[in-house]
Amino acid sequence: MIQAVRLRKHYGRTKAVDDLSFIVKPGRVTGFLGPNGAGKSTTMRMILGLDTPTGGDVTIDGKHYTELKQPLRKIGALLDAKWVHPNRSARSHLKWMAVSNKIPVSRVDEVLEIVGLTEVANKRAGGFSLGMSQRLGIAGALLGDPEVLLFDEPVNGLDPEGILWIRQFMHRLADEGRTVFVSSHLLSEMAQTAQDLIVIGKGRLIAQTTTEQFISDATQDHVRVRSPHAVKLREILAASATVTEDAVDGALVVHGLPAPRIGEIAAENQIVLHELSPQRGSLEEAFMQLTKESVEYHAH
Amino acid sequence: MTLLAVERIKLFSTRSPYWCTALAIAMSVGFAALLAANADQVGVGLTQAGTRLALVVVLVLGALAVTTEYRFSTIRATFLAVPGRTSALVAKTAVVALVAGVIGEVAAFGSWAIAKVIKPNADLAINTGAEWRAVAGVGLTFAIGAILAIAVGILVRQTAGAVAILLVWSMLAENLVGLIPKVGVKIQAWLPFMNADNFLAVNTPSAGEVEATGGGVVFKLSQWGSLAYFAGIAVALLVVALVVAKRRDA
Repeated sequence: MIQAVRLRKHYGRTKAVDDLSFIVKPGRVTGFLGPNGAGKSTTMRMILGLDTPTGGDVTIDGKHYTELKQPLRKIGALLDAKWVHPNRSARSHLKWMAVSNKIPVSRVDEVLEIVGLTEVANKRAGGFSLGMSQRLGIAGALLGDPEVLLFDEPVNGLDPEGILWIRQFMHRLADEGRTVFVSSHLLSEMAQTAQDLIVIGKGRLIAQTTTEQFISDATQDHVRVRSPHAVKLREILAASATVTEDAVDGALVVHGLPAPRIGEIAAENQIVLHELSPQRGSLEEAFMQLTKESVEYHAH
Repeated sequence: MTLLAVERIKLFSTRSPYWCTALAIAMSVGFAALLAANADQVGVGLTQAGTRLALVVVLVLGALAVTTEYRFSTIRATFLAVPGRTSALVAKTAVVALVAGVIGEVAAFGSWAIAKVIKPNADLAINTGAEWRAVAGVGLTFAIGAILAIAVGILVRQTAGAVAILLVWSMLAENLVGLIPKVGVKIQAWLPFMNADNFLAVNTPSAGEVEATGGGVVFKLSQWGSLAYFAGIAVALLVVALVVAKRRDA
């Protein structure tokens, strides 16, 4: 379990993270969602003891990262795939990490196999594509067989194949019962991977909830109805739902009744329908709506 | 021990240490060969002239060992694996200093040997304490120089900056201080690389002799005292660097 309590990180007058409290539950995939510059990476660096918080506290199972004896066995992290010396081979890179936490060196070949880098194990990491670097980073995170995994924007810049691979991989890790904490600025991406969501904007907590709950709250379903007897239909529907009128084409917009039920009501009253279409708000729209206030840089 | 093994793997899995080692040894041995071939009188002290150049290469090696970690952010990967930053950096310093010491010994005895081969009849027997110090002591100054370079590397973090500071300081600045009228030479007696050179000198003129030859640096410390002073400065700088690294966001 990762627990942040009133975590703050200020750079001069800029508040990168401001009074942020959250809990990442064990055995689940938790998405860490927020627009670019919301403070996701800074928070992750504080979890991992790289940056010192200005105030507040963040612990992993009650301990600070810096108090962990062999941290790679407890928590594996991929913050940036490029944190590798370009002239060092993939195997050497993993080898020094393994030795530092007394992990058997045989584990290096195991994780290279898991991420599919066995064939390029002795090639210099500087020649790797972004996708390969990302795999090497994940191999490093898995090295100590940790119960907690942290990924910062793992799909950023990847091609569709790479994205699919990472997504499936995270599901696999969750199925193995590990705690996965993964950040992203794309809600659609998180909707497919995360069970829980922690949403932040401008360093502050916006929501902590299950993904399902978040999406249903954020996207309201409604039904568009067009009918030559619109006025009569509107009167009938208004008894059990909220009905508004589309300003563009005059269609009725019904909130609170499912499309089949509207069709039945129309049939009972012998009203002809020209259109009956369920609408679903887009996730990204809802997310932008939610974080609009807290986006740091707006395009004008 | 674990951390020493880690830093050994890191150091020897990149190319720059090999290049620096080869360059340092080649420069000092090559310089010794040139001097031996062209000088009329070759003594043990003269064979070591090139090691001063090799020291500069070792300073670069030391600085690179940490600045490349910052450049490629592997320092963060290091601090993730070993959250105790001080022990991680001390281990790195120990490994690099040891390697620097070995480079120094190879360079010193290699330079002496090549001179012996080129001028077999010259008096190159190492048989006084001063001569032993001048040759075998090179490794010590290299090891201490490496500690100093790592400290500068940790503080500056950028390769270009750290290397520039180390080169300008050790090759230029300490000599230029001597140009300041009157106090210049007095200051020089307390500069780190001047003291390293004093430690290695075969013939150290007394204060009276310096006076007679028209000025020069009069060291207040004995030759071993000079070495201890050089080491003290390096360690002090390293302590400052470790404190800064611990407090700074990685």
